[in-house]
Amino acid sequence: MSTKVQSLTASPAVVPATSLSNEEILRYSRHLIMPEVGMEGQLKLKNAKVLLIGTGGLGAPLGLYLAAAGVGRLGLVDFDVVDFTNLQRQIAFGTADVGKSKAQAARARLSDLNPDIQIEAFETQLTSANALELFKDFEIIVDGTDNFPTRYLVNDACILLGKPNVYGSIFRFEGQITVFGMPDGPCYRCLYPEPPPPGLVPSCAEGGVLGVLPGIVGSIQAMETIKLTLGRGDSLVGRLLLFDALGMKFRELKLRKNPNCPMCGEHRTINKLIDYYEFCGVRGEEAPGPNVQVPEIAPKELKARLDRGDDLYILDVREPHEYQICNLNGHLIPLGELPRRVHELDSSREIVAHCRSGKRSAEAVDFLRKAGFRKILNLKGGILAWSDEVDPTVPKY
Amino acid sequence: MAVKVMIPTPLRVYTGKRDSAEFTAATVGEALGHLTTQFGDLRKHLFTEDGKLRSFVNVYVNDEDIRYLAKENTPTKDGDTISIVPSIAGGSSLASCCC
Repeated sequence: MSTKVQSLTASPAVVPATSLSNEEILRYSRHLIMPEVGMEGQLKLKNAKVLLIGTGGLGAPLGLYLAAAGVGRLGLVDFDVVDFTNLQRQIAFGTADVGKSKAQAARARLSDLNPDIQIEAFETQLTSANALELFKDFEIIVDGTDNFPTRYLVNDACILLGKPNVYGSIFRFEGQITVFGMPDGPCYRCLYPEPPPPGLVPSCAEGGVLGVLPGIVGSIQAMETIKLTLGRGDSLVGRLLLFDALGMKFRELKLRKNPNCPMCGEHRTINKLIDYYEFCGVRGEEAPGPNVQVPEIAPKELKARLDRGDDLYILDVREPHEYQICNLNGHLIPLGELPRRVHELDSSREIVAHCRSGKRSAEAVDFLRKAGFRKILNLKGGILAWSDEVDPTVPKY
Repeated sequence: MAVKVMIPTPLRVYTGKRDSAEFTAATVGEALGHLTTQFGDLRKHLFTEDGKLRSFVNVYVNDEDIRYLAKENTPTKDGDTISIVPSIAGGSSLASCCC
């Protein structure tokens, strides 16, 4: 992938476009007849260079709208491949794209939408080693990533290079959108000086996202990107837009530039990109959190013991809505309710706790062991491993 | 002073799904104190063990960040809205949010 990055640097300076073809005039006619865009604005879009970090939930509507609007040069950074669970919200992909590179699949879709623009796919993970090189030939960076380390990396690289960062993030029903990195505006570190510690990040019991939400948030990011390019309207610089989809409410908070910000303040103390995984206390790509060592049982072993008629009590620590998707006929006590429902369990019986992947149930086993339970095991790999190794009729989610 | 505290989605799991709560409080710190008394599980997400507001928790009175006012001692007046603004990173991954 580094070759792709290098080819970027070697690309010759492009002469700005000064006219549109008749075909382009027809394609963009609904822009051209608006005085706020017009020929001048459309040429600005044609000469714009926008880099999208992530082509997933946020990146899909972003890419589609920016390509449709005629942004002349679009870069797409994504190392991931399309998965079935992406299709619920990542609307640039079709079912036939499952298993393909996201950056390449998105490029194919956007090229079909608008063959007149230049689209580059960077099938690489954004890192401290390649970010500055990737960013330098683009004018606006749009952050559509999904994790804290990359958020801080995008921010810092934008500040070091003096480029605007159109920011959007989502969680379940809630979205946040703003523009960081403008000369007089705040940066991500002004708003969130440090990341939350991994131990306090909610578990998968609280994950998930309603598919339309990234569509709305990504579309707002696309609008801000176009406004920055046109130099029109009031941008979200200095304002954090909060969107609550359940209440269908937009609110707005003032964002101030922190004069003591280590990145964009008067006395910058961070002068180069750092190790963002270390900064965020995360190692590797797995969800962080307390990695508890507890006694385990493998799915096949559990199956054999159940078939043998051993007296095992199955404890399911997932949420009720997860139990409805699939279950192993266990007794349901969500992890969060375990402390006050522990009396429902008989410590003299042998208990096997499970969840979806084995992480929440490891915490449950750890908790119960501390509460005096001795005969308790964690189902290794959870219901996902059970589906893979024992019973493929149990759906994975 | 009657103030309304807005609870963001990621924290509603600790408030019985409540999205807001009203308290009588003269300062932001007092309102958050009432909030974490009513919803005990919230405490460790907002405060450190020695009772300080966690550095990654952003709190606003109306549209102003209390870091640029008097922090937890920021006085409140009738009808003020206090917002807890979590750091969210998602995505839909499992580790994309926190407050």
